[in-house]
Amino acid sequence: MKKLMTGNEAFAYGAYLSGVRVGAAYPGTPSTEIMDNFSRYPGVFAEWSPNEKVALDVAIGSAYAGTRALACMKHVGLNVAADSLFYAVYTGLKGGLVIVCADDPGMHSSQNEQDNRNYARFAKLPMLEPSDSEEAKQYVGIALEMSEMFDTPVLVRTVTRLSHSSTPVEMSDEGPPQPPEEPSFYERNPQKFVMVPANARHRHPVIEEKILKLGKYSDQTPINRIEPGDDNIGIIAAGATYQYAREVFPNATFLKLGMVYPLPDELIREFASRVKTVVIIEELDPFFEEHIRLMGIEVKGKDVFPLIGEFSPALIRKCCVDAGLIEASVAPEAAAASSAAAAALPIRPPILCPGCGHRGLFTVLREAGVLVLGDIGCYTLGYAPPLSAMHTTGCMGASIGVAHGIAKAGVKDQIVSVLGDSTFFHSGIHPLINVLYNESDVTTIITDNSVTAMTGHQQHPGTGITLQGKTTKKTDIETLVRSIGYDKLDVVDPYDMDKLADVLQDHLKSGKPSVIIAKRACVLHTKERKTPPVIDTEECTNCGTCLDLGCSPLVQEEDYVTIDPINCNGCGLCVQVCPAEAIKQEA
Amino acid sequence: MKKIDFLMAGVGGQGTILASNILAEVGLELGYDVKKAEVHGMAQRGGTVESHVRWGEKVYAPMAELGDVDYLIGFEMLEAGRWPAWLRKDAVVVVNRYRIPPPTVNLGKAKYPKEEEIDSLLKNAASKVLWVNGTDAAKEVGNPATIGVVLLGALSTLLGGDENVWLSVVERMVPPKFLEMNKNAFYAGRKLA
Repeated sequence: MKKLMTGNEAFAYGAYLSGVRVGAAYPGTPSTEIMDNFSRYPGVFAEWSPNEKVALDVAIGSAYAGTRALACMKHVGLNVAADSLFYAVYTGLKGGLVIVCADDPGMHSSQNEQDNRNYARFAKLPMLEPSDSEEAKQYVGIALEMSEMFDTPVLVRTVTRLSHSSTPVEMSDEGPPQPPEEPSFYERNPQKFVMVPANARHRHPVIEEKILKLGKYSDQTPINRIEPGDDNIGIIAAGATYQYAREVFPNATFLKLGMVYPLPDELIREFASRVKTVVIIEELDPFFEEHIRLMGIEVKGKDVFPLIGEFSPALIRKCCVDAGLIEASVAPEAAAASSAAAAALPIRPPILCPGCGHRGLFTVLREAGVLVLGDIGCYTLGYAPPLSAMHTTGCMGASIGVAHGIAKAGVKDQIVSVLGDSTFFHSGIHPLINVLYNESDVTTIITDNSVTAMTGHQQHPGTGITLQGKTTKKTDIETLVRSIGYDKLDVVDPYDMDKLADVLQDHLKSGKPSVIIAKRACVLHTKERKTPPVIDTEECTNCGTCLDLGCSPLVQEEDYVTIDPINCNGCGLCVQVCPAEAIKQEA
Repeated sequence: MKKIDFLMAGVGGQGTILASNILAEVGLELGYDVKKAEVHGMAQRGGTVESHVRWGEKVYAPMAELGDVDYLIGFEMLEAGRWPAWLRKDAVVVVNRYRIPPPTVNLGKAKYPKEEEIDSLLKNAASKVLWVNGTDAAKEVGNPATIGVVLLGALSTLLGGDENVWLSVVERMVPPKFLEMNKNAFYAGRKLA
């Protein structure tokens, strides 16, 4: 039986079928749903770790103990976990360890579009890349076998388009997999697992030898294969891009790569000698191309296709038409004309949801005119007009350190850093300690909506609930911050903008390092909704003050503003800001 | 088996994703190879959402190509207007007559296009453009959130074939307590086309 599954659902299903017992992840688009789905299978343990490094250490520990383990993260999450990745390659493991890592070409929801295939070469471990959900399911199993065969962690790469697209998956009819045996005792082997230099020096040659062996394996594995067709053009492609390329070249000869590092040199030579022109179609970096050119093979690659952004069949077709590889199928003028007309339409950038507490916070920050050093989360949208109240955002946890550095540089601005509750647990605690230790007067605002909201409402250490729905010890942010040594701390509801503005001024004037917890649960998560207010169109002076909240249910009509009750959450922020008192809400 | 590419365009929170999930499952029920791709940016509510559903004998890429979409279903007027270049000449478009002005419009930096402007953009590209008051129909059956199923109802009429295939998928994918309302939404939609 076949079932439609997203790539992420299929990764989870594959892990379950392959007897993975322990999974750990930190949510990050587009990887989040892998662990979410995995956690629902019977007999498995799955957790949201505070960050990706912790997640990977947890998975490594389980694999050390002899259990099959899974860690998942988005591409930039692997930067956070990189230290752990490198040592795990050196030590090797006992049980299989697969790390599914999701790149985001086109940056649908990320701060960069790094190509994580480079990590495979950098850290010296194999990487697989499936091209649809069926392969996503299968490759997890293959990766685990490879991990155990070669005593190495294995990376499986996905991209947004694979993770979030649905394609049919063959369902197993063998019933639930055998529950894996629980290891009784940890097998102690410090020479292999304690990476002091004396031991690590012995491990490095082992790794180099392993990569050579893996290269031979890459030549043999059926997931790297020549798909015969018209030999005039031979396409080398992997992953989601393989499917786009197939759409454009249904009849060409393909070298389909399922294992993208190390590359199969012999197979590549065989392929190159068979086809007239080798065309490499790969998103982002010329990862295959550089290797294959170094082999002395002439190819078309980044001279035809862009280095930047997400590919699609339409883009590949256009590039190939421009390079004279194929004939145009749609009249280019016609397509260009209607594209231009559509491009003139007003854009619809992402904005904070109606009812979001962050809106109150950023309205107050904008009015205060302070310098805001931001972080990664829904609240990064506080950057966008009309809120326009965020001035830097780099990566998870960067806000507080950057604020401290700006303060130390000696600027005269009033400085606040802003980060969310989940981001605080991820990587906000160390820099918060640093502000005290190294003495700056930064005010940190933890905008606490009591859930990891942007990735779709995942639990974290502050919610007191685990990924698998268990009630657990809750880490209270206020208690934690006080215990670090912060004696200036206030908890304020960002819906109460007057009070928040007063507290902010008090903190800024204090000249002390301080913390404000702006606490208001995410309304999409709690599903809390109040009666929408109504605008008295007679009293509305059309001054536009309410529109500066950037709240989508507020609609500018000809001479006044109205509220679309379908989209309104009834938070009442617009009632607070209306200078004409024309917006009325039933109590 | 002739391929059919669908594109659903709307605003985050309108239920575009559920509707495209249902449409993909209907294709599978009908014996097609099916793939589905969606793009939703970082906002959970209020951003542009596009979803591609592809039915065919053998489908490779999960997203359709420029100039090759057979059916465009616009959940919101402005969002429908973005896709003329993606339509085949014989494409059919269903547009929900409902507007959610983006922030740029509310801040006076851009103008929300008139219905006639969107209509002519689409008519220049497609063979048929059907405007429906889907959100009103959804409100009538009890909840504006059923707009997706209303639009699927309209689409099912345009496509022809057995409506029970659609209803069985709706039954499978909608929570039981909302089933009656969604069935009503589907029938209401069928009458709009």
